[in-house]
Amino acid sequence: MTATEAGPGTSVGAALGRKEDARLITGRTMWTDNVTLPGMLHLAILRSPMAHARITHLDVTPALESPGVITAFSGREVADVQGSLPCAWPVTEDTVVPDYPPIAVDEVRHTGEPVAVVAARDKASAEDALELIEVDYEPLPVVLDMEAALADDAPLVHRDQGSNRCYTWTFDSAEAGTGGDVTRAESDAEVVVTRRFSQQRLIPAFMEPRSIVVDPTGDQITMWSATQVPHILRLMLAMVTGTPEHKVRVVAPDVGGGFGGKLQVTPEEFIAFVAANRIGRPVKFTESRSETMMSGHHGRDQIQDVTISARRDGSVTGLSVRLLANMGAYLGLVTPGVPVLGAFMYNAIYKFPAYRFECTGVFTNTTKTDAYRGAGRPEATFAIERAMDELAAELGMDPLELRRRNWINHDEFPFTTVSTLTYDSGNYEAATERAKELFGYDELRREQERRRAAGDTVQLGIGVSTFTEMCGLAPSRVLGSLNYGAGGWETASVRVLPTGKVEVVTGTSPHGQGHETAWSQIAADQLGVPFEDIEVLHGDTRSSHKGLDTYGSRSLAVGGAALVHACEKVVDKARPVAAHLLECDPADLEFTDGAFRVRGSPESAKTIADCSLAVFNAHDLPEGMEPSLDSDATYDPANFSFPHGSHLCATEVDTETGRVRIRSYVAVDDVGRVVNPTIVEGQVHGGIAQGIAQALYEEASYDDDGNLLAGTFVDYLVPSATDLPTITTDRTETPAPDHPLGAKGVGEAGTIASTPAVVNAVVDALRPSGVTDVPMPCTPERVWRAARSTEGSERS
Amino acid sequence: MSRINLTVDGVRYDDDVDPRTLLVHHLRERLGKVGTVVGCDTTNCGACTVLMDGQGVKSCTVLAAQADGRTIDTIEGLAGEDGTLHPVQQAFHERHALQCGYCTPGMIMAAVDLLSENPDPTEDEVREGLEGNLCRCTGYQNIVGAVRDAAATMRAEVPAPRESTTETVEGTAPTTTGEVAR
Repeated sequence: MTATEAGPGTSVGAALGRKEDARLITGRTMWTDNVTLPGMLHLAILRSPMAHARITHLDVTPALESPGVITAFSGREVADVQGSLPCAWPVTEDTVVPDYPPIAVDEVRHTGEPVAVVAARDKASAEDALELIEVDYEPLPVVLDMEAALADDAPLVHRDQGSNRCYTWTFDSAEAGTGGDVTRAESDAEVVVTRRFSQQRLIPAFMEPRSIVVDPTGDQITMWSATQVPHILRLMLAMVTGTPEHKVRVVAPDVGGGFGGKLQVTPEEFIAFVAANRIGRPVKFTESRSETMMSGHHGRDQIQDVTISARRDGSVTGLSVRLLANMGAYLGLVTPGVPVLGAFMYNAIYKFPAYRFECTGVFTNTTKTDAYRGAGRPEATFAIERAMDELAAELGMDPLELRRRNWINHDEFPFTTVSTLTYDSGNYEAATERAKELFGYDELRREQERRRAAGDTVQLGIGVSTFTEMCGLAPSRVLGSLNYGAGGWETASVRVLPTGKVEVVTGTSPHGQGHETAWSQIAADQLGVPFEDIEVLHGDTRSSHKGLDTYGSRSLAVGGAALVHACEKVVDKARPVAAHLLECDPADLEFTDGAFRVRGSPESAKTIADCSLAVFNAHDLPEGMEPSLDSDATYDPANFSFPHGSHLCATEVDTETGRVRIRSYVAVDDVGRVVNPTIVEGQVHGGIAQGIAQALYEEASYDDDGNLLAGTFVDYLVPSATDLPTITTDRTETPAPDHPLGAKGVGEAGTIASTPAVVNAVVDALRPSGVTDVPMPCTPERVWRAARSTEGSERS
Repeated sequence: MSRINLTVDGVRYDDDVDPRTLLVHHLRERLGKVGTVVGCDTTNCGACTVLMDGQGVKSCTVLAAQADGRTIDTIEGLAGEDGTLHPVQQAFHERHALQCGYCTPGMIMAAVDLLSENPDPTEDEVREGLEGNLCRCTGYQNIVGAVRDAAATMRAEVPAPRESTTETVEGTAPTTTGEVAR
C-alpha cells in the first residue's frame, strides 16, 4: 500500500506561485558573491592575451610589492598541487584527453587562459597588482578552423598529441542491426537532399557571473560556488586534488541561471581551492562579464553535413550525418559527449529505415565548448528540421504533410528508433493539429501566396519544427554504454519533523527552475501535508550529501520520481504507527486525503503529523518499531522520457533591408503530466527565447589571431525585450508511462524546437527567389546578402 | 578619498570613498546592500539598476562620488516597512516574471522608473522601456505582463485583487494554456 492510493492530489497540476520569489523580488538572495567571511581575501586572475604561445618568462614578484597584496603565484609554482581538470566523458576508448592545468604552466592554448593569480585585501588591489606581473610569450601558430585543424600539416593545439583529432564516434544502423544500409538507401533513392549547416558558437550568458568563495579554516574545506553541480564538484575536487572527499563541503546557494554553462568544474574553482589552502584564509573570486565570456565554456560550434534520401511520395529511406564538433583547446566535464548525445536525435520523430552518423571532435585554439541548453539535441533537431523543409521544397510538398507521412503515429508507441532509443509515448498528430489551428496555418499560407504573387518587398515566411527530445538524463546503464564516468540516478530524502512539518532534501540543484515550489507540490500530495509546511533543501553537501544535480532536463524526470518514492516509503513507515494509534490492523488502513482511515469507519483518522509526533515521543511504540518516518530513495530511470511538440513561426522578411520580424509564434508542447503549469510555461518561453537568439542574434566568433570578437554584451547580442515576440503556448498531455507522475521534462524543449522553426521561416520567405539557406545568426546583412545573391544569379 | 553622504533606502550614510569606486560597489561592499547585483561590465545588462533621486540609473555606471548628496532607492527598500510588497514586486510574483531572479532587482527598479514616467504603457512601450535590462530566463513575456498588471494596480491606487485587475488590462500576453492562472 502506498501513497498513490490517495489518487491525484490537489497540489500537483496547480499553478501555484513560487516559494522562491519572496527572497528574489526583495533583494534578500544569497548569491555566492554576497558571501563575506572574516579575513577573506580577493583573487584576481591574469589571463593570456595570446591564443597559442609558449610562456618563456613569468615573474610575479613585482606584484607582491603592490599595496594590499598578500600573495601571487603562477602555474609553475602550484604545478604539483593544482592537478588536471577532469573530463568525465571520453566517448571512445581512444579519445584524446589532454592535460588541463587550471593555471597554464608552459603553454597557453586559448585567449583568456589563466597564467597567474594575485590574492589581495580587496578586489581592486588584486586587479591593480595583475598589471605588474611580467610575462613573455613566444607566439605559436594558431588554428581556429576545424577543417584546417584536421589537415595533415595543421599546427597542433597539443603538440605532444600528433593530431588535432580528439575522437571519432560512429553509429551505423546496418551494423547495429536497427536498420538498413544508408549507402544502398542513397543509391536507390528517387530524391537525395544534401545540406551543410553550421552551428555557430554560442555563449550560455547566464546573468549571474560565476563566483567562488573557499573557506579552508574549518574541519571541512567549504566552497560556495555559483554552480549547477555541487555534488559533482565536491567529488571532482576530492579526486583531482587528493583531498579526502569527507573533508570537502560544497554549497551552491542561490544560483543565477546556468543553461549548462554552470555544468562544469572550472579552472577558477580549482584556483580558488588551491589559493585558499595555500594562504590558509578564506578567498573569493568573482569573475567579470568579459571573463565569463572568454573563459566560461561555450556551446554548439559544429559543422553538419546531412543527407536525406527519399522517394518521390515523400517517404524517407535513409539519413546520413557527418559532423565536425569543435572541442576548443581543452576538454571540459562532458565536452566530447555533447555531439554524441545529439547522435540519437537526428532521426527525430521520423521512421528512417537506415541511419549512419559519424562525429569527429576537433581541438582548436579556442575556449572549450561544453553543454549549453539542449546540448547536442538542438544541433540535431536544427539539422533534421531544416533538412526536412529542404526535402519538402524539393518535392513541392507542404512541409507539414511531408512530416505527417514520416512520423511515428500515436498508436505506434512505444517505438524503437533506428538509433536504438525506445520512445515512450507521444501524439505528434494532436500537437500539430492544435498548433496549426492556433497559428491559422492555412490562412497564413494563402496570405503568403498572395504576397508572393504580388511581389511584396516584405515577404511572409512560415517555419515548421516538429520536434522531440530526450529528457531525464539518464539510465545509468545507457551512460555506461556511452563511456560516461558516472551514473544517472537521483536521490531524495524526506524528513518528517515532530510537529508534522516536512523537510525534503533533494540531490537536484535548481538555479531558476523552481524546485522548491514543484517539489513541495509533489510532497504535499504524496504525504497529505500542506504545501506551506514543506521546506525543500538543496545544493549543500552538508544537508544533501548525495545527488547528481541539475542539467539535461533531468530534475523532475529523475529527481521528482525519487521524491515520489521517498514519500511512499514515509507512508509505508507511518502505516503501522497509525495502526497502532488506531488500534487496528495495518492492512485495514487506507491512506486517502492525507490521512490513514480504517476502511468502513472514516471518522477516525491519523495524519502523517499524528504519526510523526507519535514516533518523536516513542513512549509506547510496539517492540522493535523504528521511531522514525524519515525515508530516502534513489531512483535510476529505466528509460529516457521523450517530450515533443510542434512549433510554428511566421516571419516578415524585408528583402530590401534584410530585417526579420517574428510576426507570430505558436508552441504546442507535450511534456507529459505537468506539476506546475506556470513554471512549465515559463520554461517554454525562456527556452524559445534562447533558440530565437541562436537563429537571429548571437554568435561568438574569433578573429584570425584567436581573439574573441564577442567578449562583452556590447558585441554578443543577448536579446532584449524589444527583440523577442509574444509567444502563444498550449499543451497536449501524453503521460510518461515510466514515471510515477507521468512527467517528462521541459527545461530544454523550447530551445531545441525554436531555432529551426525561425530559420525555416526566414528561408521560406526567400525561397521563391531561390534561397535555400541563410547561415545563423540570420542577421539583416546575411538575409540581405542571401536575397541579393540569388537575384544576381537570376539576372546573370 | 572623497567624503560623500548618501541616503540609501531611507538611511543616511557618510563615508570616505576612493574616487574610482563605482556606486554599485559602494552599495554592496561598504553599505552591505547586496540586493543590488552586478551582471556585466559594459552597462548593458541593467542588473544593477537603482533609483537616484527617483531616476533609474545603472549603478555600475555612476561613481560613488557622483552620488554625493543624493537619495538612492534600491530593491531592498521597495517593499513597505510592514513587508507589503510594491505593486511591481507583487505582479512579478503573480505573473511568474522571474526564474533565477538575478536580473530581477534591476528589472523591478527599471519597471518602477518606467511606470513613474508612463503610468499606462502599451506592450511595446514596456518592451522599449526595459530594453536596457537583460533577462536570460523568461523571454520577457511574463515581465511585460507583470509591468502592465502593476500599472493597472497602481492606477487604481488601491491594490485590487489580481483577478479584477487583470481583466481590465487589454492586450496582455496571450496564452491558451487553460490551467495557467491569469
